[in-house]
Amino acid sequence: MKPENYTERKLEIAGWQVNLTVYQLGEKWHAKADNVSPGASLARVVADTREDAEQRALARAEELLSRTRRHAV
Amino acid sequence: MATYAHPEVLVSTAWVADHGKDANVRVVEIDVDTKAYDEGHVPGAIAWAWNTQLCDTVVRDILPKDKFEALMTQSGIGADTTVVLYGDNNNWFAAWAFWQMKMYGHKDVRIMDGGRKKWLSEGRDLDTQPSTASPASTAYQASGPDYSIRAFLAQVHQAEKSNGAILIDVRSPQEFTGEILAPPGLPETCQRGGHIPGAHSVPWGKACNEDGTFKSLEDLQKLYGAEGVSESTPVIAYCRIGERSSHTWFVLKYLLGVRNVQNYDGSWTEWGNLVGAPVEKGVARQAVRA
Repeated sequence: MKPENYTERKLEIAGWQVNLTVYQLGEKWHAKADNVSPGASLARVVADTREDAEQRALARAEELLSRTRRHAV
Repeated sequence: MATYAHPEVLVSTAWVADHGKDANVRVVEIDVDTKAYDEGHVPGAIAWAWNTQLCDTVVRDILPKDKFEALMTQSGIGADTTVVLYGDNNNWFAAWAFWQMKMYGHKDVRIMDGGRKKWLSEGRDLDTQPSTASPASTAYQASGPDYSIRAFLAQVHQAEKSNGAILIDVRSPQEFTGEILAPPGLPETCQRGGHIPGAHSVPWGKACNEDGTFKSLEDLQKLYGAEGVSESTPVIAYCRIGERSSHTWFVLKYLLGVRNVQNYDGSWTEWGNLVGAPVEKGVARQAVRA
């Protein structure tokens, strides 16, 4: 099986840069959201449609990122 | 284009596609996200979990020698096996495994340049069923551990006090300054934010291209040379738990040829929780001077 329709795009969620990777494997769509810096994985979702996979990965990323506390330096 | 100091430790995705199933080659995937392998992996690759198979699960430490030997034997790896490691996040934990394999003296370990990301983006074949390895016919015998490539707390304290080594903090700029206590979205794992006094901030990802491959020798020389790193400079790299810094350790030692470079795997989860340890906040001293 080969991954198809591989895309990556950067967007901002809750004030943080996120890299969203999406690709199709067979009938399923895979979406993965990472924070751009340092590049840690936030959410990975498998769904029947591209839209659903993206939406759920981004929703989970937003939930996690919105909890991040910024401290005074 | 000039070649890396040790180009033999890198293989391309094309090489793995051609040789991944050769009799003397064992391909291993190690991901931050330990479920990624199950979605699909390089045909024939087995998986190691960094959080259960590549560390001591009781004491905070690397994998004990006897367990390392058992893992190699179970994975069908002998002393002469060519082991190719790859994973997500531009090979973070592949580099972590590479570092441990070198500590235990395995001769031929390589990293697939670009890791899982490049393999996927190139639309290469994936297996969705787990691959299994036949155990090696003879038990693996490790050497070492060679701690010359690992820094412990006392050495880092000494380096901080005496400026005996360049400390490279490879975390994100916000972790370095102390604005955040863990990567965005992850639980806070330290009592204090900031960095080891005098450390240089060079986030690990600066060593990579957009496609996940390592930057050219010239670019890497420019990047680390600006921080005073040369082949003869002692360097200690650290991050939060030691996996990102093993990536930078790999770059410095094997791509740039820095002779004395150590990975401080205690990293910020050790230093940032120590009572009385000196902590500096804000940008790096060198940046302030510049």
